[in-house]
Amino acid sequence: MSIELDAKIPEGPLADKWDNYKEHEKLVNPANKRKFKIIVVGTGLAGASACATLAELGYQVEAFTFHDSPRRAHSIAAQGGINAAKNYRGDGDSINRLFHDTIKGGDFRAREANVHRLAQVSVDIIDQMVAQGVPFAREYGGLLDNRSFGGAQVSRTFYARGQTGQQLLLGAYQQMARQVGLGNVKLWNRMELVDVVVVDGRCAGIVTRDLMTGEVSSHSAHAVVLATGGYGNAFFLSTNAMTCNVTAAWRAHRKGALFANPCYTQIHPTCIPQADDFQSKLTLMSESLRNDGRVWVPENPDDTRSPDQIPEAERDYILERLYPSYGNLAPRDISSRAAKRAVDSGRGVGPLKNGVYLDFSDAIGRLGKSVVEERYGNLFDMYRQITGENPYEVPMRIYPASHYTMGGIWVDYELMTTIPGLYAAGEANFSDHGANRLGASALMQGLADGYFVLPYTISNYLAPFLNKPIPDTSHEAFGVAEQQARDRFARFLSIGGTRSPDYFHRELGKIIWDYCGMERNRQGLEKALSEIPALYDEFQKDLRVTGDGESTNQTLEKAGRVEDFFELGMLMCHDALDREESCGGHFRSEHQTEEGEALRDDDNFAHVSAWEWTGDPARPNLHEEALVYEEVQLQTRSYK
Amino acid sequence: MTTQNHGTLTNLTLEIWRQTGPDDPGRFVTYEIPEISDGASFLEMLDILNERLIEAGEEAVVFDHDCREGICGTCSLMIDGRAHGPQRGTATCQLHMRTFSSGDTIVIEPFRASSFPVIKDLMVDRAAFDRIVEVGGFISAATGGAPDGNLIPIPKPVADAAMDAAACIGCGACVAACPNGAASLFTGAKLAHLNLLPQGQAERFKRTEAMVETMEEHFGSCTNHGECEAACPKSISIDVIAVMNADYRKAKFKNRKSLSRV
Amino acid sequence: MAQTFSRGPVSGTAVKQDGKRKPFLLDLYSTAVGKKYVMAITGILLLGFVIAHMVGNLKLYQGRTGPGVYAMDEYAVWLKNLLYPAFPESGVLWLMRSGLIVAVLLHIHAAYGLTIINRKARSVKYQSSRDYEVANFASRTMRWTGIIVALFVVWHLADFTFGWVNPNFISGEVHLSVVASFQRVPVSIFYIVANIALGIHLFHGVWSLFQSMGWNNPRFNVWRRYLATAIATVIVVGNVSFPIAVLAGIIDHPAA
Repeated sequence: MSIELDAKIPEGPLADKWDNYKEHEKLVNPANKRKFKIIVVGTGLAGASACATLAELGYQVEAFTFHDSPRRAHSIAAQGGINAAKNYRGDGDSINRLFHDTIKGGDFRAREANVHRLAQVSVDIIDQMVAQGVPFAREYGGLLDNRSFGGAQVSRTFYARGQTGQQLLLGAYQQMARQVGLGNVKLWNRMELVDVVVVDGRCAGIVTRDLMTGEVSSHSAHAVVLATGGYGNAFFLSTNAMTCNVTAAWRAHRKGALFANPCYTQIHPTCIPQADDFQSKLTLMSESLRNDGRVWVPENPDDTRSPDQIPEAERDYILERLYPSYGNLAPRDISSRAAKRAVDSGRGVGPLKNGVYLDFSDAIGRLGKSVVEERYGNLFDMYRQITGENPYEVPMRIYPASHYTMGGIWVDYELMTTIPGLYAAGEANFSDHGANRLGASALMQGLADGYFVLPYTISNYLAPFLNKPIPDTSHEAFGVAEQQARDRFARFLSIGGTRSPDYFHRELGKIIWDYCGMERNRQGLEKALSEIPALYDEFQKDLRVTGDGESTNQTLEKAGRVEDFFELGMLMCHDALDREESCGGHFRSEHQTEEGEALRDDDNFAHVSAWEWTGDPARPNLHEEALVYEEVQLQTRSYK
Repeated sequence: MTTQNHGTLTNLTLEIWRQTGPDDPGRFVTYEIPEISDGASFLEMLDILNERLIEAGEEAVVFDHDCREGICGTCSLMIDGRAHGPQRGTATCQLHMRTFSSGDTIVIEPFRASSFPVIKDLMVDRAAFDRIVEVGGFISAATGGAPDGNLIPIPKPVADAAMDAAACIGCGACVAACPNGAASLFTGAKLAHLNLLPQGQAERFKRTEAMVETMEEHFGSCTNHGECEAACPKSISIDVIAVMNADYRKAKFKNRKSLSRV
Repeated sequence: MAQTFSRGPVSGTAVKQDGKRKPFLLDLYSTAVGKKYVMAITGILLLGFVIAHMVGNLKLYQGRTGPGVYAMDEYAVWLKNLLYPAFPESGVLWLMRSGLIVAVLLHIHAAYGLTIINRKARSVKYQSSRDYEVANFASRTMRWTGIIVALFVVWHLADFTFGWVNPNFISGEVHLSVVASFQRVPVSIFYIVANIALGIHLFHGVWSLFQSMGWNNPRFNVWRRYLATAIATVIVVGNVSFPIAVLAGIIDHPAA
């Protein structure tokens, strides 16, 4: 298959591109919109907001979620906030500044036009969410409050306590629920996408599996939107929810959608370290803790004293020492690597020696316990619940964990994948964060895609198909895809080995984390590329799935998702191996400065790596989209 | 709660409700957990049990769970007769084994209500909550026409009170804990959130009437036991039920014409 | 309240066929929240009666106001002739009585209706034992304390209003009937038990009516509990004191 990567960036100066696009796109008459059916898979921020808006416009929308309710999507777990260039503080913020911060935060590996559009619509998102009744934090005067976040020198983050993601998702969910109630959205719950169907080079629909009855069925539409989130669970241990998976994106990839920058994964520095081998997931604590906590490890790796017994002189405040000007507030990737190096040098703390201290004793001494409690009380409570330790008395232990994936399905400016008619929105696509995402930008991107981008761009694709028949589910391509899905799940049930899907997921995650995690190198990646296929072989021979395929079977669901993680894991390693530079969340130890900082190679790698499925996961086919910067000067990120 | 991080519990007995499908009467089945770290979460203990069951060729226990940090509202379970277990103000996924002692017998049953039918084992269907939201749990604000976010100042205490109610995670523990199987805390929380805000005034009474009446198609009635508040992982106050009752009364008695209430 | 599953998409759930609604009050009463309003409002009426009844009965302690004339009996006559001659003799009394009868019937009917709704709301019960955290004895036994009080009211009417079960009933001689009845120890015990049940019923009911009516203000909420406790205590202490006083000989009557 020959694929031409055309990002379809509109003409004109950067600041006018989005307006130009909107002026020149093809429209669908309001009375004709009901003739088009759009399938939206996933009901998180991007999916729910897309469903609501497309239905308001008049399209027939069918929404699919594998949860019991759209409101369960993992967008709900975002804590910190959402960025918008409102400049309510009068501190010099502007669309242009948000754009520059995002490009720089992404280590100059994002597409300029997309990022600028994101900064532009960020303003509308806040207005929209306020109108929907999202209870953002307010000041006593009744106006919206802001806080500041890493990687920015202005206060532009809107928040709702530590539950911003929850409140935004509920806002989008409620708008979607309204359309369900009115009959404009058909909601299918507990349905998982198991394949994407392409007919005559265009996306014709999807094949789903009913998680309650095991029934495999087909659904056709004029266009399909995947808003199915990221693939951070490839690492097994991550801050993602248990059921987060790559299946929808991966099924699309196998049908011809290129997968971009899979090696760009974000590691969040302030998570609670793993406590045991059986641990199922890691818990993130807001990065805001680093405002007052000091990160340190003992100088001596063999120090077994309790932290309060270790004198000042024998402590190494790693971030303050390495990054004197930013100190404990250095960006996520930099802080994470510093913690990893401390642990790797044997100076880790805690029973498994797998964390670093985040110490609040200075802050408690300086501000008093009550101020610390007011600022971080809920986080301290959460830490105590999980670890059983009291952080007011003993320093917290933290360690980085996989949190967000910047990579995803390749999309053009219109958010269309390389399969015409198939779109990807939110974390599922790769478009806006480059090699590293700034805090409070994920919520912004999900809602921007769903509310303000897709509803415009989708009509440009649909308009020419007015009154032309589309393939329906009786087309043989659907039948073939259904049969393949049934065979696939039957295969899992019939292997009859000895190990559960969770076992393989855990083992796979260890390999990916060790060799394609926070720090990568050629040797490790090559090792991973030999170990993953071996484990995959074992999976296919020794998997055991109990129960049947005709009723709810979480083991069977998991088997399908783990299999897709195997193939994705290989692609992540291929991509990391191919990208001979360090940038953002991708750190190759061969490419660093003398001080151990990331060393980009703009001459050779200022491009998006978009991978094509060839049928053999060991031999993906690379396509490159050159990143052309008209507005931005490439520079070295420095937080010294 | 101890502050010891790494203890081990031994000889736990689990009585778990197993039910093959909606039509199966179901029964308790006993499982032994010889040893478990007290740092494990309750759901991780079930994960370990399930892995053991799968490797022994038995079907894993089906239970709902997802985020495992107390925000998505997917997890459920009646543990020893309490929704979300013995710890107050947390969801099942935030419960750790250090809350229990060696030798304990732990009884695990699904949430029960007529509108929460058991799908399988410990998994129930809570879609009735979505039906309540669909009839009015929103502010009609189509995308695109919103005025500036700072156009209507909202006093901080009002925003805070709305946020207190909006913290609801829709887990259904209120229904499960209520001796009457009522969903008043859930519906009251939704209504209090939207009815308190200035943006929510236009549809306030229409919303209240529609949501209360849909709630009653599915759930029991509130007799003010207060069990819901105690079981709520977000400790939402039953004050929201009083707000709902007051607004429903107003909705019914308001002059329809002068308020142009449909 | 279906326990069945239907798979397939959900849509149009808010689009209701605009069926004919019942007349306003019946429509309101057909909802559970409406029934709770009825419970609360009739509860307030009955509570007023219970308080007035207890206060009126304190006349028993006044004993005789003249030779052979008992304060209690005078009070009974006053009640009968309330607002006479503007109203016919016993007219206002019967007006109040019919109000009470309607209130009692509505209170019971609404309670019955709510019980049915609540039974249906959990058709399959918990199979293991519940561990209630805050639901108290009072809130969980409303049905039973209500039934005890209702049965007691029947007995009470037969005893003092109609005299069917009173050993020495003479119409108009209230003081005598009371003393005669309470001198029977089992009757006094029944009376005491019933009034404790009434107190328990009120302890939850008085608090609960504020919630049901939506009378909620964080500044006063804590007083709702105090008020309920105070009312329940006063009623129980007052009412229970009568049989005890009779048995102890503090209240007596030569003819009994």
